[in-house]
Amino acid sequence: MKRTAQILAVTAFAAAIGLAGIVTAHADDQKILNVSYDPTRELYQEYNDAFAKHWATLHPGSTVEIQQSHGGSGAQAQAVVDGLGADVVTLALQGDVDRIAKAGLIDKNWQSKLPDRALPYTSTIVFLVRKGNPKGIHDWPDLIKDGVQVVLPNPKTSGGARWAYLGAWAWAAKQYNNDEAKEKDFVKQLYSHAPVLDSGARGSTVTFAQKQIGDVLVAWENEAYLALDEFGADQFDIVVPPQSMLAEPPVAVVDKNVDAHGTRAVATEYLKYLYSPEGQTLAAKNHYRPSEPDLVTDKSLLSGFPKLTLISIDDPIFGGWAKVGPKHFGDGGIFDQIYKPGN
Amino acid sequence: MTRSTSQAISGAGARPRPGWHFAKPSVIPGFGLTLGFAVTYLTLIVLIPLAGLVLKASSLGFEQFWKIASDQRTVAALTTSFGSSLIAALVNVVFGVLVAWVLVRYSFPGRRLLDAVVDLPFALPTAVAGIALSALYAPNGWIGSLAGHFGFKIAYTPAGIVIALIFVGLPFMVRTVQPVLEELEAEIEEAAATLGANRFQTISRVLLPRLTPAILTGFALAFARAVGEYGSVIFIAANIPYKSEIAPLLIVIRLEEFNQPAAAAIGAVMLVIAFVMLLVINLLQAWSRRRFGNGV
Amino acid sequence: MASDPLAAPTSLVPARNRPAPKRRVSPTTERPAVKYTLIGIAVLFMAVILLLPLLTVFTQALVKGPGVFMKAITEPDGLAAIRLTLLVAVIAVPLNLVFGVAAAWAIAKFEFHGKAFLITLIDLPFSVSPVVAGLIYVLLFGANSMLAPFLNSINLQIVFAVPGIVLATIFVTFPFIARELIPLMQDQGSGDEEAALSLGASGWQTFWRVTLPNIRWGLLYGVLLCNARAMGEFGAVSVISGHIRGVTNTMPLQIEILYNEYNFAGAFAVASLLALLALVTLIFKTILEFRFGAELAASKRH
Repeated sequence: MKRTAQILAVTAFAAAIGLAGIVTAHADDQKILNVSYDPTRELYQEYNDAFAKHWATLHPGSTVEIQQSHGGSGAQAQAVVDGLGADVVTLALQGDVDRIAKAGLIDKNWQSKLPDRALPYTSTIVFLVRKGNPKGIHDWPDLIKDGVQVVLPNPKTSGGARWAYLGAWAWAAKQYNNDEAKEKDFVKQLYSHAPVLDSGARGSTVTFAQKQIGDVLVAWENEAYLALDEFGADQFDIVVPPQSMLAEPPVAVVDKNVDAHGTRAVATEYLKYLYSPEGQTLAAKNHYRPSEPDLVTDKSLLSGFPKLTLISIDDPIFGGWAKVGPKHFGDGGIFDQIYKPGN
Repeated sequence: MTRSTSQAISGAGARPRPGWHFAKPSVIPGFGLTLGFAVTYLTLIVLIPLAGLVLKASSLGFEQFWKIASDQRTVAALTTSFGSSLIAALVNVVFGVLVAWVLVRYSFPGRRLLDAVVDLPFALPTAVAGIALSALYAPNGWIGSLAGHFGFKIAYTPAGIVIALIFVGLPFMVRTVQPVLEELEAEIEEAAATLGANRFQTISRVLLPRLTPAILTGFALAFARAVGEYGSVIFIAANIPYKSEIAPLLIVIRLEEFNQPAAAAIGAVMLVIAFVMLLVINLLQAWSRRRFGNGV
Repeated sequence: MASDPLAAPTSLVPARNRPAPKRRVSPTTERPAVKYTLIGIAVLFMAVILLLPLLTVFTQALVKGPGVFMKAITEPDGLAAIRLTLLVAVIAVPLNLVFGVAAAWAIAKFEFHGKAFLITLIDLPFSVSPVVAGLIYVLLFGANSMLAPFLNSINLQIVFAVPGIVLATIFVTFPFIARELIPLMQDQGSGDEEAALSLGASGWQTFWRVTLPNIRWGLLYGVLLCNARAMGEFGAVSVISGHIRGVTNTMPLQIEILYNEYNFAGAFAVASLLALLALVTLIFKTILEFRFGAELAASKRH
């Protein structure tokens, strides 16, 4: 017994030391954390590889490791405010970045620090339906037809969810000539057709595509195309409504954190590289609408983006995130008033 | 040496000092050290964090707390958790006792293997169980497609939740009943047989009553575990509010919405339930010890 | 119970030297038809409920070939998750070991007021949902808590970082070793220790040379279970971790991430590692019981 115990003890000790060595033996590379929203996993997987190579050519001998966190944009923004050590944020809407800026972590004029108002790519909201479109969904009002079940995420936590909500609201505004009561009613009906609200756009895609719940998924354009890629184009069809939101997912350096971590140079370069030909091509490849399409090296990628009327958040219907945020999504806002789950 | 002998040695005959004692005097050293360490550990790891939860929940004030706790969605989530756990625990009563009986009473090839496999849900991480069950019972999984032929959908329905909870609770049932079964004296059955009882009567009137405390304890353990289960369930459930949303998931959602007060309120409710279940289990175990002498 | 008339009467033989209780066949057994039906049902039930999911893990892991399997495990995020899981286990299990031994010693060897309450407290994590376990630490150390200013001032990050994961794991797994040892040591009584003391051994000598050998197999089993649970904990860690790939993702969380990225084969690949660990745990347990059945029978209370 004594021998066994001794052997075991020595082995355990050695293992612990070896483990500690492995865990701490990370070379002193530069490390940055990109806190992003839900659907961008595939985009940043590719982009991070490309950026690491780019950084190595820019600064031979120095390596950079990019860590990722993904989740609903609103939830991620709050996490950064609460202490998640992001060096850059690549979120789903300006309002979420503004929230972090308000907490003092990002400079108030972050939007002017990068081209195109800090938008390397934009997107829009489309519908993903089962193959053959059995319920005949072509436009926003079809979502509230009898018997249609809509899958979309929770606006409290997900950026894509807010763009979807606003897309519906924008349609109702045009249809009912800015009659707020009718707009509210339309959106209320929409959410009464939603059996479940996932916390992020990816969660909703999983619910719709994997768990086969619902008849239509209201999703980011890039997410819809990704679902086709992943699950097979023989399972789903993409329906592009005539009008939808110009979804603008901005990027920003988290000033307070990069100064504390000493990573400002690499973080800034990380975001700037998104505007390079390589960055723009990767965006287009992953079905994000590049803001500088001329830089895209493979022009055939650009034909994959259908034309539709895009309403901006600054359109008079909405008046910008400063107004929309509290009015629709704040505590006691319009979403809180209309959303009472339960069929 | 038996305990009574050791008590004699430690001086049960010696007169303890008068007055109230926290602990009975003993020659064994280390009481202060071990108890002190254990209590400190528990205070830091358990008591203070739990107190934090209770404080947060009570800082809401009773009205607000009640509003959250009795909110329709919360009640629905608790109902789903409780209902599914109840059904799963009941199924485990039937099959758990059956499995324990078969393992103890019969000998057949592979019995040892089966006995070892019973503990699988103890050792297997809940997330692994979750995705495995989800893949198995999904419409394109082995069992799911089989059920699909008959028109049944299992994964992404409340039935899927029950299956996951059966998986999680089975070893509690079997491992609680098994030792009691093993220690049943043969004489009682023989006596019943000689008095003319047929096999069924012997089992139902003589054996089952003796197993009842163990069965109840196993049920309570399986039930308590199932109510709080998270990892195995969220992959196989559709997580639809009011239909298949379990209470732990609602806590997570509230946290993600950064609604800490609501999360704390629901957490406090679940904590109270956990305490109640613990109490029930301890009472059952004490009853069993008094009545039958075997600790379960 | 012993059928050998020449064997010592069981009551005089110390528990640890008694042969393992024979699995008795009842004197009046069921009819063969009933017996085989029951066996059949039990085996079928166990196969469907327990074995099929286990099999699914391994088959799904390999469904896209060994290449995808290896990639999921050896890619940086996968390796980081494995490292973090091991780190958490290496910290949590020894701490819980010390606690388990200390608590079992105090409970088994002494009589004191409040012992039942202590035992109940030790049993608490079994009834508490893992999500609540994570929640309590988020409330205690998170941004809106009373401790937040203090933690910020000393730059200690607990929530969204490794310390929080370790704490939550400790909470969920500390009962395992204690609950294995307490009934075992209670059954063994204090006689051996008192004898050692009366022969002049010091407290520590008694513990190392007398108690520890007596409880070694129960201890080992408790450590195995504690370790399996520590490496597999999901709910509690999910709440407190922040899901930062490569930093605060344990293997179970990595499984969830891969699953959400439609990389099902990858998710199952990581899951299969944990499933292997579970199997190893079960095999060890069976070996222990096979060789030391009588001693473990006393601790076979959950």
